Amino acid sequence: MNWLSRPASDTQITHGRRLWLYIVAGVIMAFLIIPTLIVIPMSFSDSQYLEFPPRNWSTRWYENYFGSSAWMTATWVSFKAAFLTVAVITPIATMAAYGLYVSNLKAARFIFVLLITPMMVPVILIAIGVFFAYTKLKLNNTLFGLVLAHSVLALPMALIVVSAGLKSYDMNQERVARSLGASRLKAFLLVTLPQIRFSVVTAALLAFIVSFDEVIVALFISGGKMSTMTRSMFLALRDQIDPTIASISTIMILVTTAAMIIAQVFGKSDQEKNT
Amino acid sequence: MNSQKPITAGINAEGLRRDRIREKLTLFGLSVPALILVLVIIVVPVGWLFWLSLFNDEGALSLSNYTRMLDSKSYTRIFRTTFEVSFFTTLICVLIGYPLAYFLVQLPKRWAALGMVTVLLPFWTSLLVRTYAWLVVLQRKGLVNQWGMDLGWWDEPIRLVHNLNGTLIGMAHIMLPFLVLPLFGSMKAIDYDYMKAASNLGANPVKAFWYVFFPLSLPGLFAGMIVVFVLCLGFFITPAVLGGGKVIMVSMKIETLIDLFFNFGTASALGVVLLVLTLAVLFLAHKLLQLDRVLGGGQNT
Repeated sequence: MNWLSRPASDTQITHGRRLWLYIVAGVIMAFLIIPTLIVIPMSFSDSQYLEFPPRNWSTRWYENYFGSSAWMTATWVSFKAAFLTVAVITPIATMAAYGLYVSNLKAARFIFVLLITPMMVPVILIAIGVFFAYTKLKLNNTLFGLVLAHSVLALPMALIVVSAGLKSYDMNQERVARSLGASRLKAFLLVTLPQIRFSVVTAALLAFIVSFDEVIVALFISGGKMSTMTRSMFLALRDQIDPTIASISTIMILVTTAAMIIAQVFGKSDQEKNT
Repeated sequence: MNSQKPITAGINAEGLRRDRIREKLTLFGLSVPALILVLVIIVVPVGWLFWLSLFNDEGALSLSNYTRMLDSKSYTRIFRTTFEVSFFTTLICVLIGYPLAYFLVQLPKRWAALGMVTVLLPFWTSLLVRTYAWLVVLQRKGLVNQWGMDLGWWDEPIRLVHNLNGTLIGMAHIMLPFLVLPLFGSMKAIDYDYMKAASNLGANPVKAFWYVFFPLSLPGLFAGMIVVFVLCLGFFITPAVLGGGKVIMVSMKIETLIDLFFNFGTASALGVVLLVLTLAVLFLAHKLLQLDRVLGGGQNT
């Protein structure tokens, strides 16, 4: 029996009769990944117009990027902001997730919703609000202000991820530790945290990416020497298609792919552990 | 002392009660840093903007910032554009996201994981990078035009970017994972015995799909649609880069008002309306679809 006439699902439809579905899905998957991936070879093109496939290969756009002190400063700002955001929001989100999960407060649900508002309020409104407040507080163009704003933007995702981790963790283990004399803090650090560490790591990675990719808030509150990489990229893009951006994009794709692989590896072990 | 509640009864009742309150306060205290952050960075500034939006250019209390939106043609056009772009993006996402999720959910586990990478990779890639990629692919001398002309499909480069087409292509690409992920979750939770039962009772595959599978997948589809629509309403970067100034959405107008005119009153009023629209969509969705169940559905099962 050939593959096309074999049943493909419980409804006994054959592979042949739904070949169109496979083709459509294939095209959609290509639509999803090709435009992003094609930037990588194109960034090595010699031409201003970034042909594909490149007629002449060169690394001139990378030289442009690594040779420019403005781009280097911006990259450094972005990394600093992202790492500090992770350092600020990971413990804060973990604490909040734990407190809200363990306490049977009636208000816990309300507080949870309040804490994920940064996800629901349009970013542009947050951006101009923060810009306005920072103008009064003289926090514009400071790393501190940038990290504070990015931390809030990263909070909802981090909170949701850690809360989900706690939900699939058996809290009785911590109760056992406490009944054996451990303080709540000790029980959390020695028993609970090691078991939800994968969720915490995922939350930290998400926070890193939220901060690293953020454009709109940075557009308003960071400028000059404190301009982030994505902010500079956006401004460069609005005016013209600068091929240097292709090289930066390639680097960013590699960074996020690395983060994604780490998260997948950690996420897997988390699920396997809990099921 | 009330002897019917054994835990509170007895000589230690007062102490236990105090302990319990202290414990609750400690646990609440854990979320205080997060609450302060949200209050300082979101609630107070946004509240402040709302206050500013209630004053006109002369500094007197008035609703002129809001009435202007209704009177001025340019503002109504911006809101119409925002809704149109959001609507069409959601529609495109449904049309291409549904077959993809349906395909992925029926693959063997290993292949499905691989297929999900094609959804997750763009999801994790910077929005700016993806927007840039589309700009490069769709531009006048870009890949699509180059290949289209090489294959003789068209002679002149067609305008694919710096207009509504480019904006919709880019936005659909960016939003698709937000539709596919919840949809995949809800399809995954469907009990396939229902499909078996349907075919057992004589439904052909097409009928079994439309009468059994499709209705069961609707919660995930609606959840995804709402997320996509709401995110589209506030979109900024992609239309700003791919729209070429021809597609003006609310958030872009807000940026211009601050950047060029430093006009916080009008910009805030626009922002407040955008927020209210967003919350209205979420609220309606919550009421109509019991979003809690929908969003939780994928995870709990």
